Amino acid sequence: MSDVRAAVVAGHGSVAAGLCSAVTQIVGTQHALVAVSNEGGSPDEIRAALEAALDASGAAVLFTDLPAGSCTMAARRIARARPELVVVTGVSLPVLLAYVTGSEVAAAVRAGQGALAVVGGGA
Amino acid sequence: MTLELFRIDDRLVHGQVVIGWGLPHALGFLVVVDDAIAAAPWEQELYRMGTPEGMEVRFATVDEAAAALPGYQADARAGMLLTADVATMVRLVDSVPAVQQVTIGGLHHRTDRVPRLRFVFLSPSEETALRGLAARGVHVSAQDVPTSAPIPLEAVLAADGTE
Repeated sequence: MSDVRAAVVAGHGSVAAGLCSAVTQIVGTQHALVAVSNEGGSPDEIRAALEAALDASGAAVLFTDLPAGSCTMAARRIARARPELVVVTGVSLPVLLAYVTGSEVAAAVRAGQGALAVVGGGA
Repeated sequence: MTLELFRIDDRLVHGQVVIGWGLPHALGFLVVVDDAIAAAPWEQELYRMGTPEGMEVRFATVDEAAAALPGYQADARAGMLLTADVATMVRLVDSVPAVQQVTIGGLHHRTDRVPRLRFVFLSPSEETALRGLAARGVHVSAQDVPTSAPIPLEAVLAADGTE
């Protein structure tokens, strides 16, 4: 991988930090993911934390967990003011791995969708 | 079923509401009572985009919500009414004395607030307003998710955020 892929990953509790940690475990540190948690934050504080993370990292992509989550709400408000920002909801480890290893955002999302499977249990 | 939950939450529509409460209570509709959002179509669309299929979100000013409350309560679906702050809920209760129970679901850090619980920070004026609600017979408690026990207002006000 030649380019360092930057992104902000935001979500509930420790999910963003956990996902970023897992990415590092799998592909090393050739990426610039910044984790942000919504824990304890007011809507204004969450937005400020996301904006600070975007500014510090130079990321143009912001991954969030729940479509209805407070991080997503804040991300959509930021995207309204920064039309170049891409917001992806429903982030998962396969999505992040695809992104940091060079996939474009749409392809990374497809990778995440493709990773979903039900195995066993009569499925 | 009816409009059974009155929640103060500065995040309004978010994960705890649509998933944490929405699923176990089978919420079919949310009413966001906020004068500013009621006049802001972009904000309304933002909240609508975040809600799962089958969950309706309505937006109303305090006056509109007070007038519509009998209709909300006659709805066959379970519903939750949300305000982002204490003052808006107090204004609603002023107009609709039938509201008997209010839950503080989340009021987060602000410079004029002190921590009471992990998810509840209150300013002196908010504490006075909540005490006023309780004095009128409204049952006020704090509860972020259904699986946690509701914490009575007096216990909230006696806490220092180190729970």
